[in-house]
Amino acid sequence: MPHALSATTVTSRKRQATKGDRSRVVGSRQWLTHTARPVSGFRELVKEGLRNWTLAMAGDDLDRRLAGSRPQNEYGVDPFGFSLDYALSAIGPFLWLYKNYFRVETFGVDKVPSGRVLLISNHSGQLPFDAAMIGVAMLTQAQPPRTIRSMVEKWVPTLPWVSTFMARVGQIVGTPENCRRLLERDETILVFPEGIKGIAKLYPQRYQLQEFGMGFMRLALETNTPIVPVAVVGAEEQAPAIMNIKPLAKLVGFPVMPMTPWGVPFPLPVKYRLYFGDPLFFTGRSDDDDAELEKKVKVVKASIQTMLEQGLKERKAVFW
Amino acid sequence: MKVVLTGISGNLGRVVAKLLHREAHVIGIDRRPFIGRPKDVDHVQADVRKKKTDEVFRKNRIDAVIHMGIMHDPRMSAEDHHSFNVLGTMKVLECAAKYGVKKVVMLSSANVYGPSPDNSNFLTEESPLMAASRFPSVRDLIEVDMLAHGFFWRHPEIETVVLRPVHIVGPSIKNAPSNYLRLKRPWLMAGFDPMVQLIHTEDVGRAMIEALRPGRKGVYNVTGPGEVPLTSVFKELGHKPIGVPHFLAKPMLSTLFKYRLASYPPEELDHIQFLCMVDGSRWTKETGWKPRFTMRETIRSVLGE
Repeated sequence: MPHALSATTVTSRKRQATKGDRSRVVGSRQWLTHTARPVSGFRELVKEGLRNWTLAMAGDDLDRRLAGSRPQNEYGVDPFGFSLDYALSAIGPFLWLYKNYFRVETFGVDKVPSGRVLLISNHSGQLPFDAAMIGVAMLTQAQPPRTIRSMVEKWVPTLPWVSTFMARVGQIVGTPENCRRLLERDETILVFPEGIKGIAKLYPQRYQLQEFGMGFMRLALETNTPIVPVAVVGAEEQAPAIMNIKPLAKLVGFPVMPMTPWGVPFPLPVKYRLYFGDPLFFTGRSDDDDAELEKKVKVVKASIQTMLEQGLKERKAVFW
Repeated sequence: MKVVLTGISGNLGRVVAKLLHREAHVIGIDRRPFIGRPKDVDHVQADVRKKKTDEVFRKNRIDAVIHMGIMHDPRMSAEDHHSFNVLGTMKVLECAAKYGVKKVVMLSSANVYGPSPDNSNFLTEESPLMAASRFPSVRDLIEVDMLAHGFFWRHPEIETVVLRPVHIVGPSIKNAPSNYLRLKRPWLMAGFDPMVQLIHTEDVGRAMIEALRPGRKGVYNVTGPGEVPLTSVFKELGHKPIGVPHFLAKPMLSTLFKYRLASYPPEELDHIQFLCMVDGSRWTKETGWKPRFTMRETIRSVLGE
């Protein structure tokens, strides 16, 4: 994960939000004029460039459509450290991957209800490009554009640059308290209940859903949140891992160290297909027995599995 | 109303005394002299652990105690530190119970939760006090918080309020966060930019006076004007931080600290690497709390503005 994401963190210095920014006139070719703003330093320049690139790819009114959709203070961040401005710059490379590398096709994004929602997806691919692609899809395909927040592993805050990057683009350490708090603020939250077992699965286990954690179901019941199952087809083949080298993982302090035939988990240009299912509403007690929750979790799991199989059946090849 | 203020000669003590002395009869207890003392404030220059404290309570009918005579000095020996903070707090609580005080306000700190990569972004009052797990020498600060907490349950007839404010900063206060923010070339942990919460000294003073209001009791996190990335704080101040790789920073700082070339123990680095933010909504809801200073004013206050 670090090598893949740190490329974009040269932009980590935040541009100071000035009043003029928010109220500027929006024209059709407006992204070209962004550079007319005074920029200082190399980082700012890179950041500005990335932002313009994002807007060029996503439609230059994206920032206008997003403006005001998120709470932020005079320093341009929300209480959790999410910065829309930073995110618009950071998303550029991912948007490029979305369009040109993984050539993502998105189905049923309009099924995601407004307000608080939990997106529950399969997880794979060694590096969390699946999360990034779902994020880009929600930002560029959903109407109105949605910024998602996902729950990351607890070791992410210990990684330099990655920790800052993740916080500024809205990713939060996956504690139940964080999730509850965000749902109460009506946020869209992406959860991979397979966790690390999913992302690190080996090639023979592709498209086999690993054991689901039940925390998301407790939170959904507690906060009365609809669940949208999401199936990601394609990512499971992007970095076929043949073995998990545990001693190496231990040495560098990573939870797992799966090895692809070419060593690093560099993703292949597989074609991504994202399927959003119909929202599921559950009722019941959040502190119920695990056995009861398990039944509900199985409904979600089955729904993802069905969409995965449907997607696999429909596609003609892995790479196109 | 007669109010005893321990630690009155400190920065925060003086702020509280000045906010309070027109409404109440303030009696300070502090082993340091009180410079710039208003005429109507009484000051007993004594160690709070000593008999003199009993005398103050016995001779006056004290209605309330604000206990902020807590020491945070990494240079002091652990034994002195522990003795002053723990025994001092026990003495104050003991007197409060013995002499029929109706209200005890205890100044703790949001640092008792401790910065950690596992932390939720906002810790509530129920979160475990984990600071000592990574920084053992602060365990006396946790202990005094727990003492007050225990006192709250043991003495339902006394209204006990424990306040855990976020990092206190102000124009003349010389605590770790303010001193750090005053550095022109401060260290940052390269690649880490945690969100931080700050509160102005005067806002903390106001919160303590708010806690005196009859009916208030319990444990509260007290937040200032919000959350901000650490780098934005330095940008606001115009200081230029130096990024130090985190794996070098700790050994470097512990050497510097050992040879007295730095005033921060290496464990303090966790505060600029990981989150230690609190949820102040209980206090906000119950008291209608609103800090008087904006984020910008709070940050700039360390410059003496």
